[in-house]
Amino acid sequence: MSEPVLQANHINKYFHDPKTVKVLNDITFNVNRGEFVSVIGRSGCGKSTLLYILSTMDTDYEGELLIDKESMNNKKEGQLAIIRNQKIGFVFQFHYLLNEFSALHNVMLPALKLSKYPEQEIKKRALEKMEILGIAKLAAQKPNQLSGGEKQRVAIARALINDPLILMGDEPTGNLDKKNSQIVFDIFQRLTKEFNQTLLIVTHDTGFAEKTNRIIEMEDGRIIRQ
Amino acid sequence: MNYKLIFSIAKSLLLARWKQTLVAAIGVTFSITMFIGLLSFMTGLNELLDGLILNRTAHVRLYNDIKPSADQPINSSAAYKDGYNFINSVKPGSSRKEIYNSGAIMQSLEMDSRITGIAPKITAQVFFNDGGIDFTGVVNGIDVEAESRLFHFGDYITEGNQQEIKNAANNIVLGIGLAQKLLVNIGDVVQVTTVNGEIFQLKVVGFFQSGISDFDNVQSYASISTTQKILGKANNYITDIQVKLKDINQAPALAKQYEQIYYCDAEDIQTANAQFETGSSIRTLISYAVGITLLIVAGFGIYNILNMMIYEKMDSIAILKATGFSGRDVKRIFLIIALTIGLFGGIVGLLFGFLLSSGIDQVPFKTSALPTVTTYPINYNPLYYLIGFSFSLITTYLAGFFPARKASKVDPVIIIRGK
Repeated sequence: MSEPVLQANHINKYFHDPKTVKVLNDITFNVNRGEFVSVIGRSGCGKSTLLYILSTMDTDYEGELLIDKESMNNKKEGQLAIIRNQKIGFVFQFHYLLNEFSALHNVMLPALKLSKYPEQEIKKRALEKMEILGIAKLAAQKPNQLSGGEKQRVAIARALINDPLILMGDEPTGNLDKKNSQIVFDIFQRLTKEFNQTLLIVTHDTGFAEKTNRIIEMEDGRIIRQ
Repeated sequence: MNYKLIFSIAKSLLLARWKQTLVAAIGVTFSITMFIGLLSFMTGLNELLDGLILNRTAHVRLYNDIKPSADQPINSSAAYKDGYNFINSVKPGSSRKEIYNSGAIMQSLEMDSRITGIAPKITAQVFFNDGGIDFTGVVNGIDVEAESRLFHFGDYITEGNQQEIKNAANNIVLGIGLAQKLLVNIGDVVQVTTVNGEIFQLKVVGFFQSGISDFDNVQSYASISTTQKILGKANNYITDIQVKLKDINQAPALAKQYEQIYYCDAEDIQTANAQFETGSSIRTLISYAVGITLLIVAGFGIYNILNMMIYEKMDSIAILKATGFSGRDVKRIFLIIALTIGLFGGIVGLLFGFLLSSGIDQVPFKTSALPTVTTYPINYNPLYYLIGFSFSLITTYLAGFFPARKASKVDPVIIIRGK
């Protein structure tokens, strides 16, 4: 049960502009399969920066990152893109849906890119995910016709479409009102309980964090509690 | 690679900004249209002007020049062999203008794979008698079929039918200036006196207009056998053999070769008309330069529009990358957008280019130099369409390349953090 999905070993990160500042200092922690982890801390403590390193999008750091026991160091941009596609799902504060495509098509995009299944199968799976999140009836709508909460749920469905090893969230409830935040939180909780989904959510909402399995608290680029 | 997906994303980005896309495509269409129109018209004109000389002139002309022999008898004498011999007042001997063994030469030329065809010719100096006045003139004996095929003889016939001159023994086609001086119409008979004083009655079957009035005032055409009769020569009497080559550039080399093989004089077209090539190559150069400039301008338009599209679609690019699309995929998407604009703009441009050149083809254009030309000349060479199409793809590819590379380098972290 305690199989590590994500391991961060001694990660340091510097910003060089306008002068060199150390933003992450010796970050070491593991996330195990099925855990619901939240990262909290004041704004500017480096929690988002950490998330982007863990997500493989930011490659400018020192230390070692292992996803599914595989080192991410020395991988090329194309290889990292494939790993993001297969193993990581993202939810951001802003939904980032493509307005040119329907909600269903938005959900399908990462799976179409992976093309592990034929298109019909992908469509079926996308509808299943949307059903779980209670947005199946919005499948044909364009994102600009949806409410903020609905958009965020479409974004979660998109993050889940390739059955990722880990779902990462950067303030996924940051733009939502209380009611919608609750809906999103309930969805996350259901995902861990029913589907054993691993979650790593960055938030500054302590109320949200307290309800998760494990809290990692950061301050000035260090982990002070985990 | 999942090209279907890449294409569907490219398509939706294109359609999302269809007005900009349309403007970019219209830019390409316009430049291709102008490229095709301009080049077709310019080369059409070039061909017409070149044709004025090229069509009428043999690439290599075989003849026997009347000139003093270069090999004078004294050179054969052993006694004076070592000396330097000066001979004064050398005259050409009573050499014949006829090409020796012309039948065999023509047969041998017909077998030569480097030539398109040959046309034999004789010229006879005559006087055209009109009442008490005699006009000097020239009767050209020609093989009318070979002459029409190789030198477009039929294009200069303004009235009547050139084929008639081979149908009857005493038919003649007159230069238009000569006919006006003689006040004759088709069907009338003109009287011709040869240099030897013989008189022939010839029936006018057509008028000829070359556009050069000095030429039209003296020249006339009859069949070879009629001319041989006028000259009182046998039916193997040929003074000129005009050779048309497949490759005009070989003319000087072949002329030298023929001189040696056939023991006659040979003149190539480059020596005879040195000036015409310069003008036509410069005109072609100018039209290509203008056409390509237009395409490059259209390329900048596409570059701008794609750049703007990339700024607008930063979010989409970022999320595509975050969800697993690589930089190469993103680059492909934008290249496909650029090439699609080039492809459709180009195809429509070719169509409009064709219409434009057909339009120019309808504009009246009268010139006395070419009586059969009534509208502006257009060259519908498929090569220009091919060049135009390739250029539309190449310029749009280049115009799309840099924005696409920029899009592929978008760092999703910067975009996503910025929100």
